Amino acid sequence: MTVSAWQAFWLIVQREMRLSFRRPEQLLQPLVFFLIVTTLFPLGLSLQLSLLRDIAPGVLWVAALLSALLSLDFLFKGDADDGTLEQLALSGHGLTVIVAAKTLAHWLVTGVALVLVSPIVGTALGIPLGAFATMLLSLALGTLTLSWLGAIGAGLTIGLRRGNVLLSLIVLPLATPLLIFGAAATERAITGTSPVGALYFLAALCVFTCTLAPFAAAAALRITLE
Amino acid sequence: MNMSNALCVEKVHVWRGDRHVLQGVSAQVQPQELLHISGPNGAGKTTLLRVVSGLLRPEQGSVSWLGQSIAAIRTDYQATLAYASHEPALKGDLTALENLRFAVGLKRRITADELRASLARTGVAACADLPARVLSAGQRRRVAMARVLAMSAKVWLLDEPYTNLDAAGSELISELLQTHVVGGGLALVVAHHELKLGCQVRRLELNS
Repeated sequence: MTVSAWQAFWLIVQREMRLSFRRPEQLLQPLVFFLIVTTLFPLGLSLQLSLLRDIAPGVLWVAALLSALLSLDFLFKGDADDGTLEQLALSGHGLTVIVAAKTLAHWLVTGVALVLVSPIVGTALGIPLGAFATMLLSLALGTLTLSWLGAIGAGLTIGLRRGNVLLSLIVLPLATPLLIFGAAATERAITGTSPVGALYFLAALCVFTCTLAPFAAAAALRITLE
Repeated sequence: MNMSNALCVEKVHVWRGDRHVLQGVSAQVQPQELLHISGPNGAGKTTLLRVVSGLLRPEQGSVSWLGQSIAAIRTDYQATLAYASHEPALKGDLTALENLRFAVGLKRRITADELRASLARTGVAACADLPARVLSAGQRRRVAMARVLAMSAKVWLLDEPYTNLDAAGSELISELLQTHVVGGGLALVVAHHELKLGCQVRRLELNS
């Protein structure tokens, strides 16, 4: 009996989740980085809550982007190194399905975890409780978008020895709209104005990358597989 | 294009940088036939297998399956393949059984019992629940062979399947190859030594 694309998709998601949980250090590394970087700011700056609140959205978002970037390097590299990527590529399902499943699983274990620990960071940075919902939503949209953008970069750089530096150079400029609108949404929520416009923009970026990035990343991967 | 050829490689040229690795290689393989690819190191044997699998696009020439170019029917064609590269391609953190489940499960629906049966067939039933990272090189090779077996694919592409195996292991590979080919399958095998099999074997010698 043949396997449909959906079944293949979920099987790969399961595979990725299982692999991630067998390697907890890979999961924890970006999270701990996120926590440490963000808590260094209150220590390094004066303890004025108003100042901290002003810079909180920017700090939160820069740290989130950098920590998500840390984990992107592993997205395809492990599979490329041990030859399992070739097995996946020859599974009879398009590379688009494989890339989409791997990227979604990557977000589920790294992006969602980051969103879940962000209230701790938010509290450390003095973000009021009322702004938490916006912060969580914007981070969820932002990290998912970043995973898709990162998949394209990771697909292009797996064959390179110093790929992780190049990956940052490719992905970070593309992620600037996320930083701008993500930080804007959080800031508006802190100041009590409506963050809806910025959130809509983030959601639009997310939909845009969800629909197009799998194809771009599959094309990038095909080039590097050759 | 010749429809009678199941798998047809026509005048394939591949360059790797400045190196002209495959220089107009042609070959045909029919069901119940095995193509034994040999040649010195660097002659392009692995490259040829990658071209036949569709992982690598040749700069010139074509590969066709049942009269159709594989570039046009890539995913359908790849669903009929079982490819074993010279690395065993196993995830060290997954057990042998999980490795098989996630690889074979993408090709066809398969139960754990069937997977255990193919592990038993290649003599590694006892390794089913061990993480692949603790297995020896020979055991990993056998698990990789169990994966090929479980895929029940029409075309086998095996890159040096005899590496790291003891005498009994080598005999087992030959036996499995023979059963597959006699049963109507096709196989392309890269091997450095003479293959003594009770089935139709064609030779393709590549020169560097």
